[in-house]
Amino acid sequence: MPGGGTGWRRWRLPLRAVMLGAVLSLMLAMSGPARAGSDPFSDMASTNFDMVARGVSALAVSGSPRAAPVIDALRDSRLFAWRWPRPDSPLYIRTAKGFVDARTGAPVAAPPPVNVRLVIVNDSVRSAIAAAEGALDLTSPKKKVRLDAAEELYQSAEAGALPLIEQALARERDPAVAGMLREAHAAALLKSSSGSVSARLAAVHQVAARADLSTRSLLESLQGQPPPVAAAIQEAIREIDRRLQLWGVLENVYYGISLGAVLLLAAAGLAITFGVMGVINMAHGEMVMIGAYTTFVVQQLIAASAPALTDLGLLFAVPAAFLVAGMLGVVIERTLIRFLYGRPLETLLATWGLSLILQQAVRSIFGPTNQDVSSPPWMSGAVSLGGLTLTVNRLWIIVFAALVLGALMGVLRWGGLGRSIRAVMQNRRMAAVMGIRTPLIDALTFGLGSGIAGIAGVALSQIDNVSPNLGQNYIIDSFMVVVLGGVGNLWGTVFGAMSLGVVDKLVEPFAGAVLGKILVLVLLILFIQRRPRGLFPLKGRVVEA
Amino acid sequence: MIYPDRATTVTLGCVLGGAAILAVLNQLTPAASAVHVPGFAVSLVGKYLCYAILALAIDLVWGYAGILTLGHAAFFALGGYAMGMYLMREIGARGVYGNPTLPDFMVFLGWKHLPWYWHGFSHFGFALTMVVLVPGVLAAVFGWFAFRSRVSGVYLSIITQALTYALMLAFFRNEMGFGGNNGMTDFKDILGVPLGRDSASVGLMLVTAVVLSAAFLLARAITGSRFGKVLVAVRDAEARTRFLGYRPESYKLTVWVISAMLAGLGGALYVPQVGIINPSEFAPANSIEAVIWVAVGGRGTLAGAILGAVLVNLGKTWLTSALPEIWLFAMGGLFILVTVFLPHGILGLFAARRSSTAPERESAAAESAAAETVAREVTG
Repeated sequence: MPGGGTGWRRWRLPLRAVMLGAVLSLMLAMSGPARAGSDPFSDMASTNFDMVARGVSALAVSGSPRAAPVIDALRDSRLFAWRWPRPDSPLYIRTAKGFVDARTGAPVAAPPPVNVRLVIVNDSVRSAIAAAEGALDLTSPKKKVRLDAAEELYQSAEAGALPLIEQALARERDPAVAGMLREAHAAALLKSSSGSVSARLAAVHQVAARADLSTRSLLESLQGQPPPVAAAIQEAIREIDRRLQLWGVLENVYYGISLGAVLLLAAAGLAITFGVMGVINMAHGEMVMIGAYTTFVVQQLIAASAPALTDLGLLFAVPAAFLVAGMLGVVIERTLIRFLYGRPLETLLATWGLSLILQQAVRSIFGPTNQDVSSPPWMSGAVSLGGLTLTVNRLWIIVFAALVLGALMGVLRWGGLGRSIRAVMQNRRMAAVMGIRTPLIDALTFGLGSGIAGIAGVALSQIDNVSPNLGQNYIIDSFMVVVLGGVGNLWGTVFGAMSLGVVDKLVEPFAGAVLGKILVLVLLILFIQRRPRGLFPLKGRVVEA
Repeated sequence: MIYPDRATTVTLGCVLGGAAILAVLNQLTPAASAVHVPGFAVSLVGKYLCYAILALAIDLVWGYAGILTLGHAAFFALGGYAMGMYLMREIGARGVYGNPTLPDFMVFLGWKHLPWYWHGFSHFGFALTMVVLVPGVLAAVFGWFAFRSRVSGVYLSIITQALTYALMLAFFRNEMGFGGNNGMTDFKDILGVPLGRDSASVGLMLVTAVVLSAAFLLARAITGSRFGKVLVAVRDAEARTRFLGYRPESYKLTVWVISAMLAGLGGALYVPQVGIINPSEFAPANSIEAVIWVAVGGRGTLAGAILGAVLVNLGKTWLTSALPEIWLFAMGGLFILVTVFLPHGILGLFAARRSSTAPERESAAAESAAAETVAREVTG
C-alpha cells in the first residue's frame, strides 16, 4: 500500500527533530569554555565512548570541512585510530582507494594493521552522530538539505539551539533557508527564558504565519508567558484553527477530486457501453479487475526479463491492460451480448453471471489473496502546497484520468472509429445503409469501453488492493456516476464523477465514511426522482426508444 | 374468485405434501432408519422454502409488473432483522452477560438503555407486525418516489441495488443498534419453544410451507384478478396503458408494497431456522441471485419461482460442499444459459412442449390479450 510510505515519512521528521534537539542542547552545554582548545579529532580517537560522542558533537558545530567525511566514516565503521596513546592521536579513514588522514583528507600510506583499531560506537555515540548529521546539514552546500535541517530545528524548538541557529543565520545567503531559520529562531526563542516581551510578540507572529498543526501544538505548549504574549498566543491559536479548517476543506476537495478521477476512470468505459450502446454490463468491474491483474503480470514479466525497466512498468501496463480487456470485451460482445440486444434486463443478468465467472477464474488462477503491485518511485511521496499535503500517486491519477478522458473524447470526435460509433449510435439503419458494418462497430465499441475499464484497472492497482473482488467495489459507484451524469454524454460522466467524489469526501468529516456513503446514495436516489434521465439527458426522440 | 387449476393444485400439493412427508420422516422414524431425515436437512428445506417466498415476491413484481428489482433481499433482511430483534429479546437474562433487558452486543458496546426502536419487540405480535410493516413502509416510500417520477427499466434496477447497498452499509455500523458486523445470533427460543431441536425445526418448516402456500394463493389471486391483468398490461406497454386512462404508478406501487411485505415475511421465517441474521444479507449479490432463481424456474409463472428457488439452492448446497471452486462458475453459467437459451425458464420448457405455438406468436398473443383486457376494462 503506497500510503504506508507517506505515513512513515510523516513520523520520521518529528522523531529526528526531537532527537536532534535533545542532543543539540546537550552538545552545546558541553562545548562550553572549559573545553576550549581541545581538539575534537583527539576526542574521537579516545577509547572512552563519552569522549568520542563529545568529539562528534564538537566537530559538527566546528564548521570544519572535514566534519562530514569523518562523521560519515565513523558511522560506516571506516574510521581507524592508533591502538595506543600517541600525542598527535592520528585518525585514518579507509576509503575504496586506500587510507586518508582524517584531519586533512590527504592520502596516507596504509598504517600497519597491528597499530590501528576501528573506532567503535555505542548508543550514545550513535545519537551524537544522528544529531551531528542534523547540525552538519545546516552547513551543507545543498539548499534542500539546509532547508530540511532548518525545518527540523523548527519542529524541535529547543532553547539550547539558539546559538547554533544564530550562527547559521549569520552565514546563510539563501532567502528561503534564512526565512525558515528565522522561524526556527522564533520558535526556540519562545521556548527559551530569554528575550524581551516585544521580541516574543514578534516571534509569536512569526510562527503563527505558518499556521500548521505543529505550530499550534508548539504555541499550546508555551506556559508562563507574560500576559500580552499569552493573549497573542491565544489569538494566534484561534487564527491557526480557522486557517486549518479552511485547508481541511480544501484538502477534502482534493481528496474528492482524486476520488472523482478514480470514479471517472471506472465509469468512462461504462459511459461507452451503457451510454452509447445501452448495454448494462455488470461485468464492467471485472474488466477493471483484469486491467489491474494485467498490471501485476506485466510488472512480474518486466522484473523477470528486464529489471532496468521496472520503474517504467506502468507505462507498458497501460497498453497491455487496454488490449487484454479490450479483446476480452470484443469476445464477450461477439459470444454473448449480441444475442441480447434490446433486452436490457436480460443483459444485466447475463453479464452479472459473466462477472461471477471472471471473478472465480481469476481467483482460481492467481489465488484469493491480494497481489502485490508495486508503485514506481516517481509515484510515491507527497507535495506540499500551502497547508495542503498532496499525495503524488493521487495527483498522477487525476492527471491520468484527464489524459484518458481526453484521448477517449478525441477518438470519438475525430477518429474514424469514433465517427462510425457515433453514426451507429445515432441511426443504426442509416449507418448500415451507408456501408458501415454495424456488427463490427458494436464489437469494437464494446471493446473500447472494456479497454478503458482495463486502463482504469492500471490506475486502481496503485491505490487499491488487487484482489478478485476489486471490480465489485466500483461497479455500483460507476453506475451511479453514469446515472447521475446522464446517458450518452461524456461531459455528464465527468460531472457525475466529480460531484459524487467531492460530495462524498465533503460529507465524510461530518458523518463518517460509511454514513457519508449512505447519505450520498440516498441523495442520489432522491436526485434520480427529479431527473430520471440524469443531469444531461439526450434530447429528442431517441430518449423514448 | 380463484378457480383451482392444475398448476395450483400441483404446486400446493408439492409444497404441503413434501413438507408433511419430511415432517413424518423426521419425527416418526427411528434415527437409524434408512428413510430417517435428520433435523439439519429439515432446517435446510425450511430455508429453501423461505427463499421460495422471496422468489415468489420477486416474481410478482418482475414477472407481472416488469420491475426488475435488484434489491429485494433488503426487504427480506429487514423482515429478518425484525424477527431477530424479537428473538434477541426472548433470550432475556440467558445471554453471556446475563443482562435481562439489553442484548449481549449492547452490553458489550457499553450501552446503558435499550434504544427506543427496540421497545415492543419482546411481544411476538408486535414483532410480526413490524416484519411486514417495516419492509412495506420502506417499499411504499421508495416506490412512491420512484414510480411517480417514472423511473423505470434499468434505472430502477440500479437504484434498487443502491438501496440495498446503502442499507447494508448502514447495518454494518455498530451505532445503528442492530449488532453491527456480527448481527444477531445465539437465539434461544421462539414463543417459548427452544430452537435447535428437531421438533422446532419441523414446526418452523411446516409453518414456512403453510405461509408459502398462502403466499402462493395470494399471488394467484392478485395475478388472476382484474388488477393483475392491468399489471401485465403495464409490464408489456406502460405508455399505452397510461393513455387508456390507468395510472400505472398506482398499480406498480401496490404490487411493489405487497411484494416487499411477502419478502419480509420470508426473511422473518428464515432467521429462526438459520439462527443468525447479519448485514451480509443485504448484499446486492444476494438480491441478484434471488432474481436468477425466478429466471431459472420461469418468470411470470409463480410456480416457477418456487421451483427455481428450491432447485438452485439444492444445487448450491451440493456444489458448495462438493466442489466449492466450481460453484461460482456454475452460478455464472446458469445466469448466462438461462437468459440466452431459456428465457421462459424450466416451466417454459414444459409449456413449449405442450403447445406448438412459436414464441414470437405467443408473446404477440399475450400482448394483444393484455391490450384487449385493458380495452375491455375501459369500455366496461
